[in-house]
Amino acid sequence: MEFKEKLISSYLAFEEDLDLTDSVHDTRAHALKIFEEKGFPSKKDELWKYTSLDALIHKDYSLFPKSEASIELKDVKKYFLYDTDTYKVIFIDGVYNPFLSNTTHDGLDVCLMSAALSKPKYRDIINSYFNKIAPFDESLTALNTSYAKEGAFIYIPKKTVAEKPIEIIHFSSGEQDSLWLQPRNLIVIDKNSQVQIIERHQSLKQHSVVTNSVTEIYVHEEAFVDYYKLQNDLTTASLIDNTYIQQEKNSHASVHTFSLGGKLIRNNLRYFHKGEHILSTLKGVTILEGKQHVDHSTMVHHSQPNCESHQDYKGIFSERSEGVFNGQILVDKIAQKTNAFQQNNNVLLDDKATVNSKPQLEIFADDVKCSHGCTIGQMNEEALFYLRSRGIPKKEAKALMTYAFANNVLESVQLPSLKKRINGQIARKLGVNLGFEL
Amino acid sequence: MAYTEEELKKELETKEYEYGFYTDIESDTFPVGLNEEIIRKISDKKGEPEWMTDWRLKAYYNWKEMTEPEWANVHYKKPDLQSISYYSAPKKKPKYENLDQVDPELLETFNKLGISIEEQKKLSGVAVDIVVDSVSVATTFRETLAEKGIIFCSISEAIKDHPELVKKYIGTVIPPKDNYYAALNSAVFTDGSFCYIPKGVRCPMELSTYFRINQAGTGQFERTLVIADESSYVSYLEGCTAPSRDENQLHAAVVELIAMDDAEIKYSTVQNWYPGDKEGKGGVYNFVTKRGLCNTRSKISWTQVETGSAVTWKYPSCILKGDYSIGEFYSIAVTNNFQQADTGTKMIHLGNNTRSTIISKGISAGNSQNSYRGLVKVGSRTKNARNFSQCDSLLMGNDCGAHTFPYIEAKSNTAHIEHEATTSKIGEDQIFYCNQRGIDTEKAIALIVNGFSKEVLNKLPMEFAVEAQKLLEISLEGSVG
Repeated sequence: MEFKEKLISSYLAFEEDLDLTDSVHDTRAHALKIFEEKGFPSKKDELWKYTSLDALIHKDYSLFPKSEASIELKDVKKYFLYDTDTYKVIFIDGVYNPFLSNTTHDGLDVCLMSAALSKPKYRDIINSYFNKIAPFDESLTALNTSYAKEGAFIYIPKKTVAEKPIEIIHFSSGEQDSLWLQPRNLIVIDKNSQVQIIERHQSLKQHSVVTNSVTEIYVHEEAFVDYYKLQNDLTTASLIDNTYIQQEKNSHASVHTFSLGGKLIRNNLRYFHKGEHILSTLKGVTILEGKQHVDHSTMVHHSQPNCESHQDYKGIFSERSEGVFNGQILVDKIAQKTNAFQQNNNVLLDDKATVNSKPQLEIFADDVKCSHGCTIGQMNEEALFYLRSRGIPKKEAKALMTYAFANNVLESVQLPSLKKRINGQIARKLGVNLGFEL
Repeated sequence: MAYTEEELKKELETKEYEYGFYTDIESDTFPVGLNEEIIRKISDKKGEPEWMTDWRLKAYYNWKEMTEPEWANVHYKKPDLQSISYYSAPKKKPKYENLDQVDPELLETFNKLGISIEEQKKLSGVAVDIVVDSVSVATTFRETLAEKGIIFCSISEAIKDHPELVKKYIGTVIPPKDNYYAALNSAVFTDGSFCYIPKGVRCPMELSTYFRINQAGTGQFERTLVIADESSYVSYLEGCTAPSRDENQLHAAVVELIAMDDAEIKYSTVQNWYPGDKEGKGGVYNFVTKRGLCNTRSKISWTQVETGSAVTWKYPSCILKGDYSIGEFYSIAVTNNFQQADTGTKMIHLGNNTRSTIISKGISAGNSQNSYRGLVKVGSRTKNARNFSQCDSLLMGNDCGAHTFPYIEAKSNTAHIEHEATTSKIGEDQIFYCNQRGIDTEKAIALIVNGFSKEVLNKLPMEFAVEAQKLLEISLEGSVG
């Protein structure tokens, strides 16, 4: 049986544990129909031109992991940002793990999607936010919606600053040989509030796991959200991340994506504007080797005047790795005085590495400042020679230049411990110890 | 011309609606529609050898399997290709006895472009005395060209007189099954030009500039083949700045360029077909496939000024096959009213040390949509490929759109690719500055637009650059203020 058929037929079994009278359930059933109609995207879809899911979807995956894997803190501690006190929502094979997690209802809600979907006190929030910005016509998002049940639920009420950053970590234990996970996160940041969130997907053993994740983020007036995605998984793990962000006036939402490892990573990041004077930031660093593949597909839809967006993606590709950047800026007719910038710089280190870049601008308003830039090149030999002539070995010199190249993105990371961690990961990747903190 | 005044009056009254399909059935016109028989008849009519007929038929069968492309960022009602007659005797254009009878608006435009009276007559369909300068000029130049061994003739003549050249090269750059319109063109083309420059010859003149009068009114499915043999040089000019009011709604031309080792081809286009009226009714659909093949150390340079047509779908490309070859693309696309343009280029880097430059300037005004779509591709075995692309868009007014769809694909760690694009409008401060110095707003805009397009205008052959500059002004007339 094809995996697509399995997804459709398993839905009946999935339905059994659910409240069928619930309005969310109608959404699920509808979404399944859309997925059934559209199927998985293929290379014929313009947005999937450079990324093929063929290798992933012609396999059999288990959808509902049977046994609850026992994982101890010592096994996973290294994946936490331990030196910062954080709220944690931890899932193992798609199942919430209360022992490792640190949730709260004190002043703000950091808890579970399943709880939010079933408890009456969250009814209003679910009704007004669940699946409201996730587009209906994207098949993978629809697939996630149809199986939406578990994930993180974060609600920051008005005038609240989340004291601690929130970590959402999805572990896959490797107990199941091949696993298909579909976490669904909902994040609502009410007026004048502020939060920092770190999301991570990590497999603990070499096994084939595919995560098709959907996150909806609602940023209300004057709110501020800082979102970090850490993608440094094993080479057997694949991730399709769909993140949709809706911003209201004077808000600021920034997403940093660090793609340092994984078999195939696809990041769909979409911004929708609902008010004026919005600032949107999208940044990413991608460092790949082996046969890894990372695809960043971004879209910023400027539908209101006086907004600003900045996109900055840097990529370094060695061996046979492949990088894709597909950035879209859409400026509606009424979105006058828009400032939209897009930058994509790539370095190809090896002969077999590939970069496909498609920075698009679609502009319908005249009083705008929009630009994009894209470069593909190599390390500057002269700069390398300069460093080496000063007694810095080649490897270290290359590492220094890599840091310099990625610095625009790294310097805007607001959490010092996270920054340190990413720097450390990059250093390990490059196999250097520079002997000082960057 | 047994034209009564009555008829002329009628002609002028209904003129506005006549730009659609040709309706008057004449004895020498084939029935509408497209099938094998029609293609055989076209081929027969032109007295073509059998290989050419087979070639056309093969293209036709390929075409039948294809569907019209829909990926371009343009919206229009698809022309019904079965309702066109694919062969007809030279069309009877409305003939006027003198220039006074011609649409004064058209004459106004001619004057602004500085086109000579004789040319004006020819272009607007006024009966011209055969003994005009241009014809003798044309003959003189033909002789000069023949002396150097340059072949420059219509493609039908070339098929008859130089079959070995045509057979060897036609369809090698753009295979008949390349795309929907190229396949259609390959099956039914009736006219076009052929040019061959022998080894080591530098063509002494801008080809086709002096022939433009004779070239006016070339067919709907034009086919051009330019071959520059080793170490030769040619500058070829297509189209003209004068607005041509063509009756055909669909134009699907194919242009193939072949530059042998060390050769250089410079191909300039100025296109100013009927763009439809101010409400966006009518206008020409221009679906063109243009591609050049560069061998070792050769260079192909495309320069285009696109101001006409209701819908433009055009991507002059370079296949940089030989080492050290160079591809260039300079383009200005102006859209006004309800025009739509989706244009750009493809630079396929196959040879080592190949270089390409893309400079594209899009100006949109009125309710128009202007898109740049380009591809820069570097294969995995290509070393030291270099590309620089720049796409700038200028928006005038709040109902138009400017779009950029660049595709950049690099598989080599020695490739250097840079791409940048900007979108902006004419600054109020710039206009104010001009106003302050006594330059009125319209003039100021013309000045600024010219400055914006300078990089491309500079690449045009001298005399055309002047006309193109004026053309820009006219195209944008009344779009602001």
